[in-house]
Amino acid sequence: MTKQIKSKAMIALGFAASTFALATAAQATDPTEPLVVNGDLEIVTSTAAPAHMDMIDTIQSGWEFRSHETQDLQRDDFDNPGMIFVDDAREAWDTAEGSEGKSCASCHGAPEDMAGVKAVYPKWNEDAGEVRTMEMQINACRTENMGAEALGYTSGDMTNMVALMSAVSRGLPVNVAIDGPAQAMWEQGKELYYTRTGQLELSCATCHEDNYDNLIRADHLSQGQINGFPTYRLKNAKLNSVHARFKGCVRDTRAETFSPGSPEFVALELYVASRGNGLSVEGPSVRN
Amino acid sequence: MKLSFALAAVAACTAGIAMAAPVAPADVEFSEYGDVATSLTGQPGDPANGVKIMANRGKGNCVACHAVSAMSDVPFHGEVGPTLDGVADRWNEAELRGLVANAKKTFEGTIMPAFYKNEGYIRPGNAYTGKAPTEALTPLLTAQEVEDVVAYLMTLKEQ
Ligand code: HEC
Ligand code: HEC
Repeated sequence: MTKQIKSKAMIALGFAASTFALATAAQATDPTEPLVVNGDLEIVTSTAAPAHMDMIDTIQSGWEFRSHETQDLQRDDFDNPGMIFVDDAREAWDTAEGSEGKSCASCHGAPEDMAGVKAVYPKWNEDAGEVRTMEMQINACRTENMGAEALGYTSGDMTNMVALMSAVSRGLPVNVAIDGPAQAMWEQGKELYYTRTGQLELSCATCHEDNYDNLIRADHLSQGQINGFPTYRLKNAKLNSVHARFKGCVRDTRAETFSPGSPEFVALELYVASRGNGLSVEGPSVRN
Repeated sequence: MKLSFALAAVAACTAGIAMAAPVAPADVEFSEYGDVATSLTGQPGDPANGVKIMANRGKGNCVACHAVSAMSDVPFHGEVGPTLDGVADRWNEAELRGLVANAKKTFEGTIMPAFYKNEGYIRPGNAYTGKAPTEALTPLLTAQEVEDVVAYLMTLKEQ
C-alpha cells in the first residue's frame, strides 16, 4: 500500500478509531492481515502501551515479527500444532489424580469456565500471601486440593495445562495488576528487566526495548512479549513455557541464569506480563 | 611532531615488553576518548584470522550486529550496529583497538559487548551454559585475536 492510497483510505474511513488502527498497522513489521483465529476470534496483536511504560508507544505481540508462513499457522486451530498439546491437557483436566480422587473438573467444571483467568496472571494470592504464576497455582491445586504430586515447573504436562488455560482465554485482554500487594515484586521484576547481565552485559531491554524490529544475526527481534505463551516453537516442536524462554535469553547473555519457578523469574514474569497489558491472550502461539 | 615522535618511541618500547606477555585486560590503557594506542601483543595482527573471528558465533560474532559488505559470503548479518563498511576511513587503528577491546569507553552504555575485559560483570556465567563459572573468566577474545580483528577492520576502506 502506498502512502497516497493509505491516506485516501483514512479520509474515506474518516473516523478516529479506524485511523488509529491504520496508523498502528503501518508500524507493524509486515503489512499483514490482522490475526483472526478460526475466522471469528479477533486477536489484538498491537495496541497502545500501558501507562507504566515510557520508552515504547505501541506494544506488539511477537506474532507481528514472525514470517507470513509462521503467522498463518495461528489463523486456524487445525494448523496450530500447539493445539494438539491443549487437547492432551483437556484429557488431563478430566482425569482424577492424587489421594482425594479429584480432577481439575471436580472443582472448576469445564475448561471454558476458566475463561479470563489466564489474562490476569501472575496474580497476588491473598491466602498464600504471594504472587503466583499460573504454574504455581496449578501446583497448589494439585498438592493442596487433589493430594497429587506437584508437576515439574517447565515439564510437558505443566506447560500443556497452562496452554489450555491460555487457549480458553484467547482474545481477552491481558490485564495484570501491578499495584497493591503485587507492587514490590513488580518493581523487582522491572529492576531485573533493565539489569545488564553476563559477560555480554545485555539486559532484556537492550534487545527487546532498544532493538526490537532489528535483526540480530538471523533473528528478528520482537518486544519479548509473553501474551502468546506457551509458544509452540518450530525449532523444538513442543510447547515452551515463559520461564524456559527467560532462561534461554539470560543464558544467551553469557550469564548465570535463574531457575524456572524462582522468585526472580516470577517477579520478571509479572513485570513482562504487565508490559503486555492490552494485548490479547494469544497462547498457544506459534513461533520459530 | 616532537611529541608524536616521543609517543611513538614509548609505544615501540611498550610493544617490546608486551611481546613477552600480552597486556592483561585490567592493564589496557584507554585515552579519555576510548582509544588504545599500544598494541596488546606487540605482534602485528593477521587480518585473515580477524575476519574468521568476526564471523564465528563462538568468538567475535560481530556480524550478529554489524553488516559488512566484504563479508557477504558469511550468512545473516545483523542490523543492531552500524555497517562496518569504510570503518577504517572513520576511525584510526588506536580507536578501532579501543572499540573492540571495550566499546563502552567510546560509546557510553552501548549494547556492544567489551571483548577484552574479564571482570566487573553482573551474574557472569560459564560461557553459554547458563551455569556459574568454575574458574576465572577469560576475555571474549584473546589479546592477539583483538589485534587480528583490528587488522581486518583496517582493511575496510572505501576511499
Ligand atoms: C541477545 C539478545 C537478547 C536478550 C538480551 C534477551 N533476549 Fe529475549 N529473545 C531474543 C531473541 C533473538 C528472541 C527470538 C526472537 C524474538 O521473538 O524476539 C527472543 C525471544 C524472547 C521471547 C519470546 C517472544 C515471543 O513472542 O515468542 C521472550 C518472552 C523474551 N525473549 C524475553 C526476554 C527477557 C525477559 C529477557 C531478559 C531476561 C530477554 N528476552 C533477553 C534475544 C534476546
Ligand atoms: C550486540 C551488538 C554488537 C556486537 C556483537 C558488536 N557490535 Fe560493534 N557496535 C554496536 C553498536 C550498537 C555500535 C554503535 C555504537 C552505539 O551507538 O552504541 C557499534 C560500533 C562499532 C564500531 C564503530 C562503527 C562506526 O562506524 O562508528 C566498530 C568498529 C565496531 N562496532 C566493531 C565491532 C567488532 C569488530 C565486533 C566484534 C568483535 C563488534 N563490533 C560486535 C553493536 C555491536
